[in-house]
This record gives sequence, C-alpha cells and structure tokens, in this order.
Amino acid sequence: MSTLAAHVVILGAGHAGGTAAALLRQYGHEGPITLVGEEPIPPYQRPPLSKAWLKGEANAEDLELKTASFYPEHDIDFRPSTRALSLNRGDKTVTLSDGSQVAYDALILATGARAIALPIPGSDLQGLLFLRTAADAEALKAAIGPGKRLAVVGGGYIGLEVAASGRALGADVVVLEKEERLLARVACETLSDFFRGYHEKQGVTFELGCSVESFEGKDGHVTGVRLADGRAIACDAVVVGVGARPNDEIAADAGLETARGVVVDLQARTSDPAIFAIGDVAHRPMPIYDRMFRMESVPNALEQAKQAACAITGRPPPPGECPWQWSDQYDLKLQIAGYAFDANEILVRGDPASGKFAVFHLQGDLVQSVEAINSPPEFMMGKQLILGRKPVTKAKLADPSVSMKEVAA
Amino acid sequence: MAKITYIEHDGTEHVVDVKNGLSVMEGAVKNNIPGIDADCGGACACATCHVYVDEAWRGKTGEKSAMEESMLDFAENVEENSRLSCQIKVSDELDGLTVRMPESQH
Repeated sequence: MSTLAAHVVILGAGHAGGTAAALLRQYGHEGPITLVGEEPIPPYQRPPLSKAWLKGEANAEDLELKTASFYPEHDIDFRPSTRALSLNRGDKTVTLSDGSQVAYDALILATGARAIALPIPGSDLQGLLFLRTAADAEALKAAIGPGKRLAVVGGGYIGLEVAASGRALGADVVVLEKEERLLARVACETLSDFFRGYHEKQGVTFELGCSVESFEGKDGHVTGVRLADGRAIACDAVVVGVGARPNDEIAADAGLETARGVVVDLQARTSDPAIFAIGDVAHRPMPIYDRMFRMESVPNALEQAKQAACAITGRPPPPGECPWQWSDQYDLKLQIAGYAFDANEILVRGDPASGKFAVFHLQGDLVQSVEAINSPPEFMMGKQLILGRKPVTKAKLADPSVSMKEVAA
Repeated sequence: MAKITYIEHDGTEHVVDVKNGLSVMEGAVKNNIPGIDADCGGACACATCHVYVDEAWRGKTGEKSAMEESMLDFAENVEENSRLSCQIKVSDELDGLTVRMPESQH
C-alpha cells in the first residue's frame, strides 16, 4: 500500500487534530481519515473562548476551524462525542467508546491536555468552572454579567484573559494567585507588574501569595472561596485556571515513551514509527534551545500538525520554527516569541508606563525570547533574531529610537 | 455574500463564495485553500495571512490599522498592495475580489 493510501486515524479533534486532518487532504493524502473527538462539535479555535467569544464578539460558527460540511466533503470520517479507550499496537487498532474497533496504518495522538482541578473541599459545587472547551465557555458566559462576582483562581494567562473579559461584561473580578506575582511560571517580573497595574486600573482586585483552602456553597452552588488565612471571598462563580496536564495515559498504557507528555521527534513521531503525537500532549524537541519540552499553544499545535502530515505524505519536514504565542487583554496585545531558557540578562525596550514596550531575554548577545506589549516590530524582528541565532548590539536594542530593522541589520 | 478568487503563488486559482461578515482570511481557511496559514486565527498577531489585493479593489478593502501596518512591515515580500487578509471584512461590496498569495507566509 502506498503511503498516500494509508488509513490515518486521529485521536483528538482539537486545533491540532483538526488541522492535521485538513493538511493531510491539502497535501494529497488519498486514503481514509478518521477523526475522533470527545466533544459533540467539529474542531474549533479555543483561544477566543476566553476573549472575543466570551465578550459576544464572535459566535460558535466563527470559531469553527472548517465548516461542518468540510469533513464529509473531504471524505474525513469525523466521529464526535467519541473517546478512544485503548490503543492496541500489536494489531494496530484503537478501541473507541462507541464499542467499535478501528484499524490504522498511521495513528496521530492529538488528545491535548485537561485542566487541573484543585483537590480541596467544595470542588464539586455548581458554579465552579474551568475553561477548556466550548461547553465550559458556555457555562462561564452564563455565570458572568453585570453585578456578578467572579473569583478567578490562578493568575496565569487564562485567568487574566477571563478577568479582562469578565470586567468587559460588567462583573466584579477578584484574582487569587498562590505565587507572589502574576504569570510567575511564564513571564518576567516586569510583565507581571505591568499586567497587575493594568488590571487594577480596570477594576480587578488581586490576592497574591494566597492559598485557597476550600470552596463554600449553599444548596449545592458555590458562594465563596475560603483562604488559608481564614478570610472568605464571596462570589457567584469561580473559574479555576491553574494549569493543564497532558492526556498521555492512552500512550503510556500502550508502552509508548512518555516524559511530560508523549515523547516525539521533529517529525512528531513517537517511539512507535506508525504513531505520531502532536499539540499539547507532545513532549517535543526544539532545536534552537537544544532541549525537549511540552508546549500549550496554537502555533505549536499547527506546527506539529504540519510535521506529522508532512511525514505521513512523504513531504520534506517544515523548516525550523521559533515558538510563539499571544494573549489579548483589554486593548493590550501581548506577543511572545521564544522561551527564556538559559537567559542571563533582561533588557527592557521602551517604557512600560506608556503601555507599549518589549522585554528581551538575552544569553550573552543572543536573544532567547521577547515579550512584546503592543509592539509588533519587536515581536516580529525578535522572532527572526531568535530563530536566526543572530547576535545583537545591546545598546541599540535598548534604545527605542533605533528601529528594530537597524537593530537586526 | 461575495465571490472571491484566491490565487496561489504557483497560479492555482480557487473561486469560492464567502459569507458577509467573515474575513477574507476565514474565507480561505474554511475552504481549505492552501497558502494562507492564519496561525493566530484572525487576532492580527502573526502576519501569516498575507495577501496582495488586486489594484482595482484596493479602494474597497478599507484602510490598514496601525497594528496591521506594523505587522506587515516585518513580513516577507511586502508590496504596496499587501494586506493581512484577516483584517479585510467581506461584504457584498467585495463581490468579485481577487487576492494573490505570496511565496511563503513566514
């Protein structure tokens, strides 16, 4: 059987899985494609769930990756509301929750990650929400509005985006964070301080360095959050955004190599050559940093969907990339390129007070990462500098009157 | 509704009907037209939906925002008529629009 005629089964119909299916067809794959998704709807974009969609600026149809008719039209057997129960590598089949067994020639694991729940009393109360799926977002949208009090547990990107959207919808918002600063795991202090100040100006309240002990409720519905210091924060709903865990159990159970996610190479191939893993579930190499890690971002989901689709259809792999991500809060556009691995110096270009600045993380005279607020040139050029491993002159980089094109010249 | 012609860099043409209110980028992506990556899904954050707008249509596709201008400034192969297709909203006015794609979206 030629590769183009192979049966490709994709487990997970999120951004990564949906994109892989579409790219396989775009790259000329002729064999059957089965796309298995746990959710009842076809693949959609998750980022707007905490932003444009939550604020009512985009509807469900806007969020679809492709129209619903795309899948039958392109002979993609999309199976909604279906989970994979087990992976049987010996006979190359997967057992699905509808009782069927599907044979594959190539398998793509795009099972994503799931929101981490807090193992504390009251976690089963109604009004306690996560934000991962469209259904989660529906519940959140119904819970926030003018005058409602929303408590957000976790001051990461999801938490801050929900806080911004909550304010836009007129809710009172308090963010509870266990670290002493916001975005502690993912951003530098300059950025943490900037976001805190900006959110406070918009009326968000913060409790930093606090530990959540339990959720309190009445008649089965959450009414407040109890902190370890004894204080109670009254609220009508809680969003828990404290990180995600890869859905890699099915791979581990089948004996595939896992670390913090399913271990893959630059073709997104796992330790079994017939099986690929892409998106949030994959633990992948990143040559520019000479290390392996797991990323939770749309650009990574797309990139790995490309890697797997190229490998399956016999195309050359995509060129190396600089990882990046973005976040929108109020009128702020944060664009991040790279990761601050091994950085030994932080350089701020522009004045944070102006709401337009960029933080560069350097290792010697090499840019490892840039966090750009309302500063597209710094982001775009930063991305190129990171990928090209091109040394910069720090004095020029620190001077906003020197254009980014000149910095990179 | 507008009929939009997307022309890939190698000359391959795709003619599709795109609903009002969608962006020119969404029209391509939802129809699986190659050549427009649109990594960020329309947030004006990535410049991977770069197109060239045919001269005759430049007046009708609106003005570039400062953000779009600034993103485009660092994209590759930028011309006078370059636009980010996620920032062009489709309306009846754009019926017949033709856009061409650059060699790559990086």
